[in-house]
Amino acid sequence: MTTATASHDDHGHHGPAKGIMRWVLTTNHKDIGTLYLWFAFTMLLTGGVMALIVRTELFQPGMQLIEPEFYNQMTTMHGLIMVFGAIMPAFVGLANWMVPLMIGAPDMALPRMNNWSFWILPFAFGMLLFTLFTEAGAPNFGWTFYAPLSTTYAPSSVTYFIFGVHMMGISSIMGAINIIVTILNLRAPGMTLMKMPLFVWTWFITAYLLVAVMPVLAGVVTMMLMDIHFGTSFFDAAGGGDPVLFQHVFWFFGHPEVYIMILPAFGIVSQIIPTFARKPLFGYASMVYATSSIAFLSFIVWAHHMFTVGMPLQTELFFMYATMLIAIPTGVKVFNWVSTMFRGSMTFETPMLFALAFVVLFTIGGFSGLMLAIAPADFQYHDTYFVVAHFHYVLVPGALFGIIAGVYYWLPKWTGNYYNEKLGKFHFWMSFIGVNVTFFPMHFVGLAGMPRRIPDYALQFADFNAIATVGAFIFGFSQLIFLFILIKTIRGGEKATDQVWEGAEGLEWTIPSPAPYHTFAEAPHVK
Amino acid sequence: MTTSSYYVPESSYFPIVASFGLIGMAAGAGGMINHMSSGGVGYAFPHLVFLVGTLLLAFILFNWFSKVIIESRAGMYSPQMDMSYRWGMGWFIFSEVMFFAAFFGVLLYVRQWAGPWLDGQGDKGSSHMLWPDFDYAWPMFNNPAGADLPGPKAVIDPWHIPLLNTVLLMSSSVTLTIAHHALRAMHRGKTIFWLAVTVILGAIFVYYQVLEYIEAYTELGLTLDSGIYGSTFFMLTGFHGVHVTIGAFILFIMWIRICKGHFTPDQHFGFEAAAWYWHFVDMVWVGLFLFVYIL
Repeated sequence: MTTATASHDDHGHHGPAKGIMRWVLTTNHKDIGTLYLWFAFTMLLTGGVMALIVRTELFQPGMQLIEPEFYNQMTTMHGLIMVFGAIMPAFVGLANWMVPLMIGAPDMALPRMNNWSFWILPFAFGMLLFTLFTEAGAPNFGWTFYAPLSTTYAPSSVTYFIFGVHMMGISSIMGAINIIVTILNLRAPGMTLMKMPLFVWTWFITAYLLVAVMPVLAGVVTMMLMDIHFGTSFFDAAGGGDPVLFQHVFWFFGHPEVYIMILPAFGIVSQIIPTFARKPLFGYASMVYATSSIAFLSFIVWAHHMFTVGMPLQTELFFMYATMLIAIPTGVKVFNWVSTMFRGSMTFETPMLFALAFVVLFTIGGFSGLMLAIAPADFQYHDTYFVVAHFHYVLVPGALFGIIAGVYYWLPKWTGNYYNEKLGKFHFWMSFIGVNVTFFPMHFVGLAGMPRRIPDYALQFADFNAIATVGAFIFGFSQLIFLFILIKTIRGGEKATDQVWEGAEGLEWTIPSPAPYHTFAEAPHVK
Repeated sequence: MTTSSYYVPESSYFPIVASFGLIGMAAGAGGMINHMSSGGVGYAFPHLVFLVGTLLLAFILFNWFSKVIIESRAGMYSPQMDMSYRWGMGWFIFSEVMFFAAFFGVLLYVRQWAGPWLDGQGDKGSSHMLWPDFDYAWPMFNNPAGADLPGPKAVIDPWHIPLLNTVLLMSSSVTLTIAHHALRAMHRGKTIFWLAVTVILGAIFVYYQVLEYIEAYTELGLTLDSGIYGSTFFMLTGFHGVHVTIGAFILFIMWIRICKGHFTPDQHFGFEAAAWYWHFVDMVWVGLFLFVYIL
């Protein structure tokens, strides 16, 4: 093991190293961004297969395919992998690629730590997935791992789960600090805060949320570890603790976490819509303030996940009204996106289609969120498929469509080639149809009372469940089209111009396509 | 502010080896703990995995920090690079603040809500029906489960060891500041002396903390498994103690570096970062002394 700081190349004008070690040892933000994105895609397919197992079991009432114990492991692992393995790393990958290009920085501020942030993840998820093949089985207590399910009644794999979460936390905190420092310290001269592209702004605020709440997650899993193995009583009322306390600490992390998974998508959509409407973003400053407000509010709404757990009335009321307040800054954003398009010269390339679907479908998820925010109504909706429909609408056609839109939008800049527009549109329509066929019926079965996380259900829910399963398979297999398009574009295609899109503006479009291995060694001047 | 001088390091083997170290520690610790709880079930030799992982990570961190120091002393870092490290350290400390906030939040919740509710007070007093004999008091000498889960016989008196430890840590912040001023004025001997005093004060603090734990376990019946008082007490003071130990170790490294002639009056961020960390640990102690020991 010798030091790998090769000295035969000068800074600035050398390409990547050859072979696999390029990816293992790299400190280049573009390489690391690519690693994050492929890792996220792998996890998306892994978590997707788990979702399809769940949907297959739910195709008909009764138990046909798997044991209930395994069903619980599937829902748990699906949630954990999608949240921590697919959505979050995909956003970090996009940030790695685009933030330095958008602010005119030569790389991320702390490149070696950047590599470490990434390489922790495959190990952490490897350990988590490995528990599936052990005798005790994988974690089975839901991605929210409520105590005492995750403590007193947990399988022994919970210990590995806890250490896996610690590793993901270390990765996230280092990644977030890197992004914050890059944005604060490496902006090109003239790039004032209020000139930053919105993707940079939303990631800046997201990174702040990450640094604030990932340690709280680390704290709560540590308390679990102590309760399980070292006799403490944090979540055990017999010793003066409280299982509800688990939910408070978890959701103090968990609610900002759900904004961590959506704010960067807001940023991506705010880049794409102006480009394809050929108009500057409407209300730039209000977008920044709205994002900040959402981030602030995310810290004071957590208990709306716990309305039915038994809280004092004034607590219910406080969290109900605070939650409803979030609709205001979110409404500002939707208004601004629509106003940007108003009287624009719109074209509908694939990124724009995904962005438009994002605006419409995320808003549907937002409205069902408002319904859930009403405490007395939530007593009816809690733990039903209505909740499942709600958060899948904000996470799949929300966060995931945002990511896919961003990938199509920046793919020509990364590879130097345009993707096949026909195939892209085909991918979009299959995804759009699939996602709605999957998740829209869940609103109905949820309102009719079908509980979530149960592998069997009453006969009257059968039709909608069959429809949802068909949709899930359409959506799942559509992502293979995406994979095909990605590989095809990397291998070749129509050469992209530097600006790529006619209406695109910003520093990232001033550099050649594909983006050279090192960019902005000399900082550009921003007017 | 120009970025042309911003140093972007070449590819590095540190992160990947550190990741192997980390997974060794995680998988090893997981195996060891499961072994302990289940009486030997699980894979063989988790201790070995943990040990190898820990050594690997320690080896890498040593080399990684060495390299950063060498690069810094070779003049490869611009003022902008210095700023990156400052922001990075500042945000890292913020993440540590949030980690402790989680545990302080738990303490607040238990004392303000969960405890009184179990006693039948307040909005959710119906939980009293679980253990009708339970009377809430803090410190919680009698747990809700009563004789099944005995509470501590007594708790640590704040006005002996904890008060002494408060004085020790407060003084160490002062001596550290003296050392910092001396470093700025280029009085190397004075810096070495006062930094040594700081590290020694930290070490004495840890020593007394250990004494306190021994007293708690052997005489007071105050243990990790003596109910929520012991849980919050040991987790809060324990994580703080770990941070003091780490902080003192970092300061000790700074002491070695100063003895070796590192740092100049206007370029000594390594020292400053260690000092920030130390003051942060100090502030956490003030919170502990107030909310864990006195109130």
